[in-house]
Amino acid sequence: MSSEEGQQHPIAIYLWIWLLLFVLSAFSYMVDIAGFQGILRWSLILLFMFLKAGIIIAVFMHMQWERLSLATAILGPPVVLIVFIGLMAIEGSYTEGLREYFFSPPEVTFSTPHH
Amino acid sequence: MSESVASSPDELKEGTSGFTQDWSSDKQTFHAPWGKAMMWIFLLSDTFIFSCFLISYMKVRITTTVPWPNPSQVFALEAFGYPVPLLLIAIMTFILITSSGTMAMAVNFGYRKNRKVVVWLMTATALLGVSFVGMQAFEWSKLIEEGVRPWGNPFGAAQFGSCFFMITGFHGLHVTGGVIYLICIILKVRRGDYDRIDNYEAVEIVGLYWHFVDLVWVFIFAFFYLW
Repeated sequence: MSSEEGQQHPIAIYLWIWLLLFVLSAFSYMVDIAGFQGILRWSLILLFMFLKAGIIIAVFMHMQWERLSLATAILGPPVVLIVFIGLMAIEGSYTEGLREYFFSPPEVTFSTPHH
Repeated sequence: MSESVASSPDELKEGTSGFTQDWSSDKQTFHAPWGKAMMWIFLLSDTFIFSCFLISYMKVRITTTVPWPNPSQVFALEAFGYPVPLLLIAIMTFILITSSGTMAMAVNFGYRKNRKVVVWLMTATALLGVSFVGMQAFEWSKLIEEGVRPWGNPFGAAQFGSCFFMITGFHGLHVTGGVIYLICIILKVRRGDYDRIDNYEAVEIVGLYWHFVDLVWVFIFAFFYLW
């Protein structure tokens, strides 16, 4: 189907996706309420985040009905961000290691706001 | 179907052969209205800007040796006598999703040429956007009152404040801009501009922008507030 005619889809699709977004948001909020920690917390947060982002792009922004040339031109470039994130994470851990080593952990005391 | 694509006498193929066909000949690549293609390209560039903010936030959070403030406690709000973690943030999230839903419906009714319903749905979207910005202003003033500054805060790592103000500030700026953009299009819909040219593409294009703002919030919610 060409998008030249405009994106016309049954309203039911939007309502279902809308509901799904609500449920997924509630789930990701529950992760915090339930107090999950560690790898379980991070994987759940990422799972719900990618599901939400995916259905917003695919349905609300109509990407699944667009032609492959447009979809790849828009969705392809952000993939390089994975490399960027990886590089910064590696470099960040290195910097943190240096700081731990050279500036021996200061005994930080936090004062409560005093006014 | 695709009679309106006059640039090629050949029929448009689907899938990977369609991909090759679109890119390989000396003609228009995107068989989409130019306004929509350009909005997508703008959103792509915006993706990189927000990614830079989120990556720099990741980096300062990794590198600091001082404990990061616990967002669950920092953003807790008193309700019914108990501190509820992230209460306001959860409400803001639901408001933005609701506005995305009304916007998607507005686009749909636009292509059905239902002018009145489009105006109503877009007005609802704009109002929800305004309430989102209002709550963000409330959250900012609450944190500023508690002593959060771009250079320090009473809860932990000093970089927390600069990351918070930068990321949520830039997102709030996008929401504000989106509301102004929405109002412009609402006025044009009301005036019947798109009935006259029999084309409601402009509503879909403003919709793309609005959904993007919601999309960015999904990532901010996950990485800044929940992580």
